[in-house]
Amino acid sequence: MNLFAEARNGALVVQVDEARLDAANAIRFKDQMRDIIAQPAQRVILDMSVIGFLDSSGLGAVVSVMKMLAPERQLDLAGLTPNVQKVFHLTRMDTVFRIHASVSDALAVGMRDAG
Amino acid sequence: MLANRVAEKEAFRRTGPRHDPQIFHHSFVADPMSVRQALRAALARFLRQLSEDEAGTLELILAEVLNNIVEHGYGDGLPGTITLSIVRDRRGLSCSVSDDGVVLPASALLNPADPAQSRPDPASLPEGGFGWCLIRDLAEDLGYHREGNHNLLAFRIPLVAPLPTAAP
Repeated sequence: MNLFAEARNGALVVQVDEARLDAANAIRFKDQMRDIIAQPAQRVILDMSVIGFLDSSGLGAVVSVMKMLAPERQLDLAGLTPNVQKVFHLTRMDTVFRIHASVSDALAVGMRDAG
Repeated sequence: MLANRVAEKEAFRRTGPRHDPQIFHHSFVADPMSVRQALRAALARFLRQLSEDEAGTLELILAEVLNNIVEHGYGDGLPGTITLSIVRDRRGLSCSVSDDGVVLPASALLNPADPAQSRPDPASLPEGGFGWCLIRDLAEDLGYHREGNHNLLAFRIPLVAPLPTAAP
């Protein structure tokens, strides 16, 4: 599981460098995210632009990361590809996440809120 | 040489549908990596006949059905086999999946009058329970049959494009 984390504009941006987030790697994703978010950052942005396929296990793992951060910290999602977007839409989980078109969009929103 | 290749490609493009595969059949060990491989193989078989959206739907439904068998049908690392068959017909992709795992709970197939009753409430931040909702949302003619120790699940994935007809 390849996850790359970097601090940008006060947010922790985590890129999931995997073509799939599914039943085969969802648990590993959760475990690695738990370590990564040990870093202090008020806001975590998950860059999902490389993920071409997400199933219900992958979705559950993303929800569990959101719950690890709540209630003090926030998880934003960015760069959902069409297939991934469809899963969020069908399950209506797009109503509980802040979803941005790209990481730069997500960061711009953060700057605006801060200003 | 290059002209030959172009001519071949053109010939393939014109007569291709005649050779488009109509059937996929695959038996594999019930574990997550074998499911991934089966998905890749099934998708590769039908990719030319599918839009990007349809390919995504096919992969999602199959992933949910197959991983459900791995996690709940067999479960706890018990060894098992899954057989997946897909046939391209006039109305889409007709799929059947069989395994020797435990009986599928009736609740999985229920589609109550109020569909909201059977799906996880997003506000409660559910981490599971999405799988069967996705299957019921995306698949048609979902049917289940238990025969002896076998489970047989059948469903159809509708496709927009008509069934390719043989070239004259």
